[in-house]
Amino acid sequence: MSGANRIPGAGRLTPAKTARFFFDGKSYAALEGDTVASALLANGVHLVGRSFKYHRPRGIVSAGAEEPNALIGVERDAARKQPNVRATVQDVFDGMKVISQNRWPSLSFDVGAVNNLLAPFFAAGFYYKTFMWPKQAWKHVYEPQIRAAAGLGVSPTEDDTDHYSSRYAHCDVLVIGAGVAGLSAALAAAKTGARVIICDEQPEAGGALHYDKSVTIDGQDGFTWAQATAANLAKMDNVTVLPRTTAFGYYAQNFVGLNERVTEHLAKPDKKLPRERLWQVRAKRVIIATGAIERHMVFANNDRPGIMLASAARTFLNHFGVAVGKKVGVYTANDSAYEAAFDLKRAGITVAAIVDSREKPGEAVLAEARSLGIEVLAGHGVVDTGGKLRVSSMSVARNGGGSARKIAIDALLVSAGWTPSVHMFSQSRGKVAYDNETQRFLPGTYAQDCLSVGACNGTNDLQATIEESLAAGELMSNASGFTASEKLALQGVNAFSWTGGMAGAAEGAGADTTVKAFIDFQNDVCAKDIRLAVREGMHSIEHIKRFTTNGMATDQGKLSNIHGLAIAAETLGREIPKVGLTTFRAPYTPVTFGTLINHSRGELFDPTRKTPMHALEEAQGAVFEDVGQWKRAWYYPRAGEDMHQAVNRECKTVRDVAGIFDASTLGKIEVVGPDAAEFLNLIYTNSWDTLKPGRCRYGIMLREDGFVYDDGVVGRMAEDRFHVTTTTGGAARVMNHMEDYLQTEFPHLNVWLTSATEQWAVIAVQGPKAREIIAPLVEGIDLSNEAFPHMSVREGKICGVPTRLFRMSFTGETGFEVNVPADFGPAVWAAIYERAEALGACAYGTETMHVLRAEKGYIIVGQDTDGTVTPDDASLGWAVGKKKTDFVGIRGLRRPDLVADGRKQLVGLLTKDPNVVLEEGAQIVADPNQALPMTMIGHVTSAYWSENCGRSIALALVAGGKAKIGQTLYVPMPDKTIAVEVSDMVFFDKEGGRING
Amino acid sequence: MLLIYCPYCEEERSELEFRQAGDAHIARPTNMTEMTDEEFEAFFFLRDNVKGLTFERWRHLNGCGRFFNAARDTVSDKFLTTYKAGLPKPDLSTLRPATEAIVETYEATESDAK
Repeated sequence: MSGANRIPGAGRLTPAKTARFFFDGKSYAALEGDTVASALLANGVHLVGRSFKYHRPRGIVSAGAEEPNALIGVERDAARKQPNVRATVQDVFDGMKVISQNRWPSLSFDVGAVNNLLAPFFAAGFYYKTFMWPKQAWKHVYEPQIRAAAGLGVSPTEDDTDHYSSRYAHCDVLVIGAGVAGLSAALAAAKTGARVIICDEQPEAGGALHYDKSVTIDGQDGFTWAQATAANLAKMDNVTVLPRTTAFGYYAQNFVGLNERVTEHLAKPDKKLPRERLWQVRAKRVIIATGAIERHMVFANNDRPGIMLASAARTFLNHFGVAVGKKVGVYTANDSAYEAAFDLKRAGITVAAIVDSREKPGEAVLAEARSLGIEVLAGHGVVDTGGKLRVSSMSVARNGGGSARKIAIDALLVSAGWTPSVHMFSQSRGKVAYDNETQRFLPGTYAQDCLSVGACNGTNDLQATIEESLAAGELMSNASGFTASEKLALQGVNAFSWTGGMAGAAEGAGADTTVKAFIDFQNDVCAKDIRLAVREGMHSIEHIKRFTTNGMATDQGKLSNIHGLAIAAETLGREIPKVGLTTFRAPYTPVTFGTLINHSRGELFDPTRKTPMHALEEAQGAVFEDVGQWKRAWYYPRAGEDMHQAVNRECKTVRDVAGIFDASTLGKIEVVGPDAAEFLNLIYTNSWDTLKPGRCRYGIMLREDGFVYDDGVVGRMAEDRFHVTTTTGGAARVMNHMEDYLQTEFPHLNVWLTSATEQWAVIAVQGPKAREIIAPLVEGIDLSNEAFPHMSVREGKICGVPTRLFRMSFTGETGFEVNVPADFGPAVWAAIYERAEALGACAYGTETMHVLRAEKGYIIVGQDTDGTVTPDDASLGWAVGKKKTDFVGIRGLRRPDLVADGRKQLVGLLTKDPNVVLEEGAQIVADPNQALPMTMIGHVTSAYWSENCGRSIALALVAGGKAKIGQTLYVPMPDKTIAVEVSDMVFFDKEGGRING
Repeated sequence: MLLIYCPYCEEERSELEFRQAGDAHIARPTNMTEMTDEEFEAFFFLRDNVKGLTFERWRHLNGCGRFFNAARDTVSDKFLTTYKAGLPKPDLSTLRPATEAIVETYEATESDAK
């Protein structure tokens, strides 16, 4: 038995296919194909949650994606706990664990329900007004308390073990929704040969045919036709049918995001399958067939469990075979709810009465009600309901007053009419238009190449929907370049056409009342809250929305927006279109973060770049650090060494013997062409005309505003060919910067730029024995100081492979940088490493490189500069060509503020206590005894222990720094104040003789 | 995600391949060193934050690598046209109306709210 309320013979599920699940620890039977909602209702469970603010008992309101109340947690294991799942869209699977939310200690006895009694104090805007004083209390009392009480459901605390995938797709026609309209449109489009994608959020096609059993199409039962049509479409090569797939976002140029739930309904999903799949579809044309959503009636205590949308009750009966009650009432302002009463009555359920707020219900449904013996109370309203954890009665009174009659019921089906789902249309930036006659917002002006058909377009009649959709399918295919060979026709028949509908508060919940007539169930917004918001001065619907939180819950006001708008309009005394609709935004229904990020997590979050020598360095014991996307060898610890000891040893070894260093990450740009030198003249502050082939120069690049942008050594390989190097982090933007000027400002120059960063492996060999290390390996280059002085470049061979050999240094030692084609990098590194080891040299990493360059006062752009430093500030004024008439930044450099006195300048700092190493980023003051806040005159940019100097060293940007050399300044830290002496920037080998060794 | 027509590739490509590169039709003066501070300020710092039609530079970074110009509507985000760098501004009268009025949503009613 799959629940006492399952009606034999009713519904489309197979009685033999059962499943068991747990709700708050209690085991229940279900059928395959059940949603959690239908299975709970089959077992007579209406109470499924507590409302957010008042903790009122709440039941299942809908049978679809619009569900505001029945939010549950679904647990598979410790890592996979999904909160805020709508019970109405989650399939039951065998062994599933479902928990209710927002209640403590239990669903039927909830301490938080005291909020309901305190409701008079929790009016709309309550937070804004109440927690104003004392000021300190907000941080320490109110906010922590509110945060503890806030939120729905509990997030899992472990990493998500599921995986998610992503797919890009292109099609001629995307059809959103697979009800009668969507299927008809897709059919017509598919027959033309156009590539069609049709998606629907439900497990199977059919849309409204799930509940409307009266429909036949071409003589076939409607739902059966839908399944057959979907199956036929799926067989066509040019069609993709995507069930369980929600179109959640409609973006620019027909770019639509779809969320496919692949395994969410399976008890034991195949581990190879993704849990969900993100589809990013670019469609030439889009057909929106998203249907309409029924609205509830707004009356006193309209939120008790057992009160639900009429169409939902019909779905539970006709699709799931579940009766939502034994004695049901109906409260409606629309004909459609009558059909729910008819279906239930025919299934043997007692219908206590149909209460219709209209004086004149539709004649056809009225006649049918009479013939079925159902009492219809036209011109009446339900003015109150009774029952604690489930509705037990409704109080019915004649419109305009009079005594109320109490009728016992165990479920109440409500309908205020249908709201066309214009979400997708509106997200596409289409402008909705208000139809006064039917009181609906309908698609008005289109902004993109799409068409709405069926109920979301305001088309009520079945045959009209079919014809409109077939035509749209053909039209949109034509627009994409396909033509139909035959005209399709389908004949649809249904029982009744519907009239009626209302928006806003119903009888007994009007302007002068203070009853709890809920508009937004999830956020506990009542009709009176909207009126309060208007009284308190909120006149824009967006302000009213934020003040009351109407429509701001996870259901995004699918039921509540129109009611809220109507009440606001009435209170403001303005027409509905003048008050305006709130903007529809993606996502249509919640999308998991897993789906949105899909593959971009863990190792795939960002590319990792490794140098050609990475594996060798790893084998040589390197510890790596991340530099942007690069992995760089940081230091090479030997047995028993910590980082500090390793770096000290490397620093000493390089200066005493030599060291080898992987510099492959340096940006490298090949600048070639007859105008190459002229181009570099414009890009760099330096002059390049005088640089002879075979020589190198340190260059500085500015932005147009005069600040240092990048630096690096440039080697002139030939008259028309330069080998430019950039900082590791600056490679891409420098290339972009150069391309920008070359293409747009200096297009007359005949120059080509080629990024060569990954083409060259670069091995720096630095130290007194550098020459000795490489000499036996090099062919065709005279390495003597005279033939190959500092800042030179030669082409020749090393280890038998071609090299661009640079004589340059970032350590202040005699140095070479061996550039070889990347694939030869490991072999050449291995050969040099072997020589180095034999001579007592070592491999060193980036940390040692940083210390060594700081000992020499060489700056790192981006560390010692911050985008507000001029060459002069960095003591690099010598690199600015004084005779040049133009270069990028020449005018910026002359701005008054850039030549003013007192600018922050780069200087050295020596701590009075040589053993104290400053912290990078620490602020510098002149007077440590000044009252707070002290005047900060600069900050530390680089600070290291220098084993070679036997003391700490630092670089800092200090206001008027060069004039302060020799003075004492202070670096206040949390626990002490450190006295420092300002010095020049060179700490080691001030004469600079070693570099020419 | 927008589709952007690269005037060099002569093809519509995904926005992912492009980078915006600031305002278009601001030529770098040839007499940089002779400019007054005010002229330099106007050239380098001052930009209009246009609501509606704007001319801007884009680079087909992950494609042909070329910089080009675009006329774009900052309200609708729509590209009205793209054209090669160095070409003059296109004739706007042949382009679609720049700004579409938005009626029903907050952006429009906001100004009505008193």
